[in-house]
Amino acid sequence: MTHRFAIPAALLLVVLLACASLTIGVSDLDLTALLRGGGTDRQTLILFASRIPRTIALILSGASMAIAGLLLQMLARNRFVEPSTVGTIESASLGLLATLVFWPAAPVMVKMGIAALFALGGTTLFLRILSLIKWRDVLIVPLVGLMLSGVIESITDFFAYRFELLQALANWRTGDFSGVLRGRYELLWLSFAMALITYVAADRFTVAGLGESFATNLGLAYRRILALGLTIIAIVSAIVVVSVGMVPFLGLVVPNVVRMAVGDNMRRGLPYVALLGAGLVLVSDIAGRLIRFPYEIPIGTVMGVLGSVIFLYLLLKRTPANA
Amino acid sequence: MPDALAAPVPAPLRNPTIVIAVLAAVTGLLILGFMTIGARGDWSFILAFRGRKLFALLLVGYAVALSTVIFQTITQNRILTPAIMGFDALFVLLQSVLVFLFGGLAVLTFNAQAMFAIETLVMSAFAALIYGFLFFGARRSLHLVMLVGIVLGTLFRSLTDFLVRLIDPNEFATLQDMFYAGFNAVETDILGLCCIVLLTASLVAWRKFPVWDVLAIGRDSAVNLGVAYHREVLIALALVTLLVSTSTALVGPVTFFGLLVANLAYLITPSHKHIHIVPVAALIAAICLIGGQMLLERVFAFNTSLSIIIEFAGGIVFILLLLRGKAR
Amino acid sequence: MIKLNQVTKTYDGTPVVDSVSLDLPRQGLTAIIGPNGAGKSTLLSMVARLLPMSAGTVTVDGLDVTKTPGDTLAKKLAILRQDNHTSARLTVRDLVGFGRFPHSKGRLTSADAEKIDEAIAFLGLDALQHRFIDELSGGQRQRAYVAMVLCQDTEFVLLDEPLNSLDMKHAVGMMKLMRRAVTELGKTVVVVLHDINFASCYADHILLMQDGRLAHAGPPVDVITPEIIKSVYDIDIAVHSIAGQLISVYYA
Repeated sequence: MTHRFAIPAALLLVVLLACASLTIGVSDLDLTALLRGGGTDRQTLILFASRIPRTIALILSGASMAIAGLLLQMLARNRFVEPSTVGTIESASLGLLATLVFWPAAPVMVKMGIAALFALGGTTLFLRILSLIKWRDVLIVPLVGLMLSGVIESITDFFAYRFELLQALANWRTGDFSGVLRGRYELLWLSFAMALITYVAADRFTVAGLGESFATNLGLAYRRILALGLTIIAIVSAIVVVSVGMVPFLGLVVPNVVRMAVGDNMRRGLPYVALLGAGLVLVSDIAGRLIRFPYEIPIGTVMGVLGSVIFLYLLLKRTPANA
Repeated sequence: MPDALAAPVPAPLRNPTIVIAVLAAVTGLLILGFMTIGARGDWSFILAFRGRKLFALLLVGYAVALSTVIFQTITQNRILTPAIMGFDALFVLLQSVLVFLFGGLAVLTFNAQAMFAIETLVMSAFAALIYGFLFFGARRSLHLVMLVGIVLGTLFRSLTDFLVRLIDPNEFATLQDMFYAGFNAVETDILGLCCIVLLTASLVAWRKFPVWDVLAIGRDSAVNLGVAYHREVLIALALVTLLVSTSTALVGPVTFFGLLVANLAYLITPSHKHIHIVPVAALIAAICLIGGQMLLERVFAFNTSLSIIIEFAGGIVFILLLLRGKAR
Repeated sequence: MIKLNQVTKTYDGTPVVDSVSLDLPRQGLTAIIGPNGAGKSTLLSMVARLLPMSAGTVTVDGLDVTKTPGDTLAKKLAILRQDNHTSARLTVRDLVGFGRFPHSKGRLTSADAEKIDEAIAFLGLDALQHRFIDELSGGQRQRAYVAMVLCQDTEFVLLDEPLNSLDMKHAVGMMKLMRRAVTELGKTVVVVLHDINFASCYADHILLMQDGRLAHAGPPVDVITPEIIKSVYDIDIAVHSIAGQLISVYYA
């Protein structure tokens, strides 16, 4: 069901949205004047220090989160999961909290690394729990994930309270791109690199998504691929949490929407997932900047509303026979 | 076809009534301790002050215990709780909508009881709509209903956040207080009304216990035995909504406490009947809350982290339950 | 008498049970057989009002199953489906006791206690009655559920593939028990069976379903023939009469 022009069209759309993102903000910015080399120093500064980094951050994080969601769905063999609904993001958050408590002056890479380790632990715990329970229908997997996520969240709350970091925690609980500046977002390039690795290994992940016995039978080093996939998910989650905070439901709705059109082949679907992820994040962020201009509504809130509505639609459109 | 190898086992040794009596005694002792230990000064003040707090804790404990047990019976699952359905988030959303429409000061001056009554009614109506729709559509699974509930919870929370950011920052302070009541800042104005609600709910529940015993063995068996399944589940859900409104209005959202209490009750009650399990669960809840509050106040001198600690403990119980394979 | 009239069930426009009309005779054991996907379990569930019908009517002694109150029907017919799982901590006696619910709504009298004893004895569960059902083997648990259904004391007993988790000895035992329920207790038993030989050995009447329709009906001698079996199951069989029983041989 893919049109030959679908990817170029999507790419164009993302580029347009990116340009829109560059122009919207509290200060006036005349893009055409700047491009011709004119414009004040201040405008150039805003463009390069704030707008461009922000837009790039939006694209990178949107694409990476969506891809991480797709990957997790493959590995958990369930289409209603994503890092923020199975405890991955919450674990990364816990890791970040731990860093703040024990090593506040740690460099960003270290923070990310520790958060990634915690995220890896959390996701592994989730998969382990999945393998232990016998479930009857496909919906109990996301349910278990959400409950686990809630548990880790309460653990994080507990320690945040103890160490009086509740306010800081609240800050990164709601994803927000308004603080993105040059020099504070570059880590997202790493998460994009993870996304590229995913693309390269896409066929292997598709096979892994058929299940361990199946995959092993086909000669796949299942455990290694699983470990690679989990590591990618953990790193992407950690980077996003450290850089911009939590953006719910993105990794869940985007792969599902793409899947409806393009099917389950990962290699084919990945570019669409990346583009749609970037596009959705751009749209949400732009909306957040415009709704109560000049104040900003953080993307975490916007996606919380938008994402839940789309998720509900996905849940309810399942035919009665599948329910 | 007699089984030659099966050894005869005598009737169950433990009597559920004894378990209930023991728990009641422990609760009684804790209540005594709560009211008297470390009391200095004017007795009538202390009685009123601590008495109100105690009463609120008892009401909350009972509401959470009963609602969770009912909920787990109708969902046939011991790890899901009503709080995950988004009831509490809806409650908070309603509060913020009111502030948005009428301004914070105006909301504060509304009669607390009237507000509680209105909010509970709106919530019950809304819950009936959502769950009625989900149930009476094609035969949808309860898991779907749960998942929709969780997502709705996130939706309500995000909408609340959204509204809060649209509201003038001056009003924000009012909301903060409303949203994050803890066990220490209990809304005592509505204690009387909550008590009436709980009494009514208990009367209905009492009559429903035998039916719920049957529901616990599964939908097909229940229908086979003549239970009007849809109607009974809706009634049960209505009760759950009422009970959750009550506990949320009193102390705010409490997610895992019910889980903790219900599962402990299943563990120690030597009976499958609701008429035994519910009192045990309620008493365990009372013991945890009163005992916990006493510990925090006397021993640790924290004041508002009771909810967090309880959630934490409940969460650990949850993970343990999952690992033991009770998720089904 | 259970009458089915044009009973239909469609999922997404595909009929899983297609306009089935028949009368289930009183007294006697009727077996419903057919290939996978023939609609046997679906049909049984609709008769017992566990599943809503897309079209058609089912009446039990004149009572329409979709309109009659659940507890009235529960005194006339009882059904046991395939997967029975509960996490409730019940003893065998507790479970069997639930069978009395339509009659006494949970408040058990001494008359109920007698019925429970009878059901337990009928299934040979006396020694196990105070054990918890999650401690029993699959076969024992199955018998406990059957005891519950018998304890419901209904004229019509419907069972959906009750032999699935049973080994040879217990499967034969279960079929013999059902025959006793017919002859000693005067019940009408309808069973969905996977194995056609159990049907031919124990049933008075066989309903053979194919693709949601009733393909053939009649006593075993009429239905269990190589031609009919071939037309429905698409497999060549030989039917032998062994010790007065019709046995189909299809293994090689």
